[in-house]
Amino acid sequence: MLAYLIRRIGQALLTVAVMATIVFLAIYAVGNPVDILANPNADAKEMAEIAARLGLDRPLYEQFGLFVMNALQGDLGRSFVFNEPALKLIAQRMPATLELAFVALVFSVLIGIPLGVWAGLRPEGFAGRSIMTGSILGFSLPNFWIGLMLILLFAVELKWLPSGGRGPTTSLFGLQVSFLTWEGLRHLLLPAFTLALYKAALVVRLARAGTREAVLQDYVRFARAKGLSPRRIVLVHVLKNIMIPVVTVLGLELGSMIAFAVVTETVFAYPGMGKLLIDSIGRLDRPVIVAYLMLVVVIFVVINLVVDLVYAALDPRVRLTEAGA
Amino acid sequence: MSVAAEPRVPAAVERHESPLRRRLGEFFDRKSAYVSVALLLLLIGAAVFAPWIAPQNPYDLAQLDIMDGRLAPGATSMDGKVFRLGTDEQGRDMLSAILYGLRISLFVGIVSTVAACSVGAAIGVFAAYKGGRVESLVMRAVDLQLSFPAILIALVLLAAFGRGIDKVIIALVVVQWAYYARTVRGSALVERNRDYMEAARCLALPKSRIVFRHLLPNCLPPLIVVATVQVAHAIALEATLSFLGVGVPVTEPSLGMLIKNGYDYLMSGKYWISTYPGIALVMAIVAINMVGDRLRDVLNPRLSK
Amino acid sequence: MSTSRTALAALLLAGSVLGASAQDLKIGVASEATSVDPHFHNVGQNNALRRHIFQSLVGADENQKPVPQLATSWKTLDDSTWEFKLRPGVTFSNGKPFTVRDFVYSVCRIPLVENSPSNFTIATKGIEAIESPDPQTLIIRTKGPYPLLPVEMSVFGIVSADAFGAEAEVKFAKSGCTGLGTPPKSADFNDPSKAIGTGPYKLKEYTRGTQLVVERNDSYWGDKPHWKTVTFRPITSAGPRVAALLAGDVDMIENPPIQDFEKIKSSGFEVIQGLSNRIIYIHLDQFTGPDWKTPGVKGTDKNPFLDKRVREAVSKAINRDAIVERIMGGVAVPAGQLLPVPLFGSSPDMKPDRFDPEAAKKLLAEAGYPNGFDLVLGSPNDRYINDEKVAQAVAQMLTRIGIRTTVDSMTASTFFSRRNKYDFSAYLAGWGADTGEMSNSLAALVTTQNYAPGFGNTNRGRYSNKTVDELTAKALTTIDDKAREDLLRQASKAAMQDYGIIPLHFEVSPWAYKKGIAYTPRVDQYTLAHEIRAK
Repeated sequence: MLAYLIRRIGQALLTVAVMATIVFLAIYAVGNPVDILANPNADAKEMAEIAARLGLDRPLYEQFGLFVMNALQGDLGRSFVFNEPALKLIAQRMPATLELAFVALVFSVLIGIPLGVWAGLRPEGFAGRSIMTGSILGFSLPNFWIGLMLILLFAVELKWLPSGGRGPTTSLFGLQVSFLTWEGLRHLLLPAFTLALYKAALVVRLARAGTREAVLQDYVRFARAKGLSPRRIVLVHVLKNIMIPVVTVLGLELGSMIAFAVVTETVFAYPGMGKLLIDSIGRLDRPVIVAYLMLVVVIFVVINLVVDLVYAALDPRVRLTEAGA
Repeated sequence: MSVAAEPRVPAAVERHESPLRRRLGEFFDRKSAYVSVALLLLLIGAAVFAPWIAPQNPYDLAQLDIMDGRLAPGATSMDGKVFRLGTDEQGRDMLSAILYGLRISLFVGIVSTVAACSVGAAIGVFAAYKGGRVESLVMRAVDLQLSFPAILIALVLLAAFGRGIDKVIIALVVVQWAYYARTVRGSALVERNRDYMEAARCLALPKSRIVFRHLLPNCLPPLIVVATVQVAHAIALEATLSFLGVGVPVTEPSLGMLIKNGYDYLMSGKYWISTYPGIALVMAIVAINMVGDRLRDVLNPRLSK
Repeated sequence: MSTSRTALAALLLAGSVLGASAQDLKIGVASEATSVDPHFHNVGQNNALRRHIFQSLVGADENQKPVPQLATSWKTLDDSTWEFKLRPGVTFSNGKPFTVRDFVYSVCRIPLVENSPSNFTIATKGIEAIESPDPQTLIIRTKGPYPLLPVEMSVFGIVSADAFGAEAEVKFAKSGCTGLGTPPKSADFNDPSKAIGTGPYKLKEYTRGTQLVVERNDSYWGDKPHWKTVTFRPITSAGPRVAALLAGDVDMIENPPIQDFEKIKSSGFEVIQGLSNRIIYIHLDQFTGPDWKTPGVKGTDKNPFLDKRVREAVSKAINRDAIVERIMGGVAVPAGQLLPVPLFGSSPDMKPDRFDPEAAKKLLAEAGYPNGFDLVLGSPNDRYINDEKVAQAVAQMLTRIGIRTTVDSMTASTFFSRRNKYDFSAYLAGWGADTGEMSNSLAALVTTQNYAPGFGNTNRGRYSNKTVDELTAKALTTIDDKAREDLLRQASKAAMQDYGIIPLHFEVSPWAYKKGIAYTPRVDQYTLAHEIRAK
């Protein structure tokens, strides 16, 4: 197990290093920040001074070397626009995005599992088929479109919920969260639901497939033959069977949720890190873009690592096979 | 009980006809399958024949007139044309724009998927066949690729590339190949250890023949399922990218671009500019997803009764 | 308790509740200030915020005419010497009096701001020496005649020297100031106790990305503003910004999209518009250097835009009225020069070029392009009002006279980088005249690159015309306002008659707000809370 652990962590670090290089080079190819940062009246001399102040006058390899050196010390650069450490800017926004993603995750489970199990138990019934068709719709509706429709309906027409932004925050274990107050929750509802819809459809699929497989399994047949109540069969045997894939996939999807929050946060003007990314791309604030992407890479790598390790811990075959390969 | 009693000898692999027919029959077991296939064929037909059925060529700027801009559905232009679905702010007939936009969206979706599928499948099969270091290297690259959300990669790529259908397709291939590589490699791993592969190897068949005639065909079912769903995914991704302001050129709008243009007018009650392309987009994605869904049910032997 | 007394109490209660909220104003701004430091970033949203907290020697009215602020009057003593009389009795929000020392400290600090993405040296470059014969008088010496000095003194804000521990004597020198102590870092200003200015408001709270709150400065020397606290909420996307207004989350928003005006008005809100100092124009590549291949132009091996007739054809092919009417929803003004009429140096008699596609086709044929040519028109898609849509309409009109045009539009950051590398033979962009004077537009857009310092910086069409250069240069050293305006008008006419640049329209900047408040639009497009009135 230890060897496996070390190897897996080594791979994770390598992934981060490769991604850092790719991300840095890709961002470097997008435009020249001075062109958008400088006041339009600035002449060539002033533009050169700005470039020098921001370290953009150095050759690419020097900039990259500096980035790597600083990154190794946990410094991903200072925002050109806000003149603050990029990581600090992102850290300020991170609780908002994490909160949004978690609430969306909860929504998707609350919506997805009951519907999925129901559809799995009665795959040929009307409800089962409707749920499946509904889940296809959930996959198919573009995120930004749903967001806009929800704003139009609930904020502008009905005036039930706020149109965007984040509600008042309270401190919970040092994190600023907004879901503890009613007002904060009201702000979260629409964006979280928008973000949750796609994942909810996914959970419906997983839960349905898991349920269908479970009811065919010998132990469920056996339980049924033993005369256990359907309720107990579902709650104990079926749920147990579907929870593993659902949790795994949702764990993996948490990362993509954070990424997709970019679109949702843009539509709802929600001050999370996704909004920061889009704004930073617009302003070519390279350090912030790079820091954001690096952070997402790290989140993904960590999630994958944890899932793998948990798997390995649960199922010895995995580490044996991997070791053999 | 199981339809997919896998062929045990090479000869049976080459004669796929009867299981195929059986699966087709099973595919159309549901009425919804007819509906989705019919809808999909209708949309594809509309897209393919757009230049002949569209009242206007929406990409020929000389045919547009901003004085006809933002007309409501059913309105008549200054020179007597009828705009059944209204016009956008450039005076573009929305019906024509949707037909052409559908063409671009489907084109982008299908071409990028076929390209990504070919690239990914080739890499996946290759990796599975080679095994060892090559395989682990390739799978690291796949993990790397999949460890990053497609939307972010595409966003950054297109920010650097600029606009263009070709560029969108390249970006979509870059973000999608890994799915196929992983899928194919997964099935190939299973197939690799089956008896018929042993048999083929014992017969000392050429490697290319083993890969293309035996390994690949048996990896196809999951690949088809993934590819179908990915077409829908690619179309949605393209629409989202267009919404975020990167993607296809404005003068040749895809459905996503049309929605984005209409988004500006949604609040002012000019619903048609955004709504109709939105409906077309959702219909296309839903139809493809439903077909993919049926395919999954049919091609996944474990769920068959 | 009798019914009437209960009713009265309820009324009073309601009154006090209303009273409290009536003093608060929430504004949805289109872009967030990047720092409270007035010297950090010379960009619109920062400059607008700055005017609430920090003031300058000279103010600017809604038409950008210089007006007294911390200086009550100014005049020239000779060609290169300006005298400013300081306003007596002005104190900073920390209670310290405003003196010449604070002005010198601010001028000295401007070039020292670390990591500044764009600083204000542009406005202090004209200062050669600063003297102060008495506490109420400030003498600024310039190198040669410098008519724009008062305008430039309105560009940057004055910070308190004491707030950051400057020495008792701060001395200005072009080569380097003395007595500054340790100048503050930009982030220091984000702390309300350090953001000390003389303005009508002081900083109360700054939560980046969420909101910035200012409150009334009770020691302000001028008329007290109506609003006790003002909250600026950055809502960068137009749709959510409008939705926030309609949902009552904010009281006022900047830049509502034109297409939403009807909806906003019919929902019981008001929309106001005012002419801005921003011209939307098309630059055509007129580079004459050797081996230059005009990018995006196909169907000819020459650069067609070197021929004045082709440029004229482009101008005549564009139906400006139609663009304003159909794309801009009537919220713009067709342009025939680079600055709209009430502003300094504009000519009332210069009308927009008349739409005449037949004449345009004829001119094209005469120039040797009877079959036209292919063209790519570059445009940003998130910088100016409906920029991408205007570009498409222009493409439509050019295509109709035979210049088959496609639009290559992209996000502003990419666009400006590509434009600065001369990637487009024709591009659409905008220019806001910071100083409110024609000299600024001419120098930036149509004078020959590097003709003189500060000339042709944004002339990415590389147009060059000796007459325009000379007249503009002369205007910039002519102190007498009337003579200067006359020179600027001549220069402007020379450039327009040569079709060196194709003006399209002046943007009109809109605001939307709830009933009960009023705002006078400013040509500089700033939203200034102390100028927002209650009706």
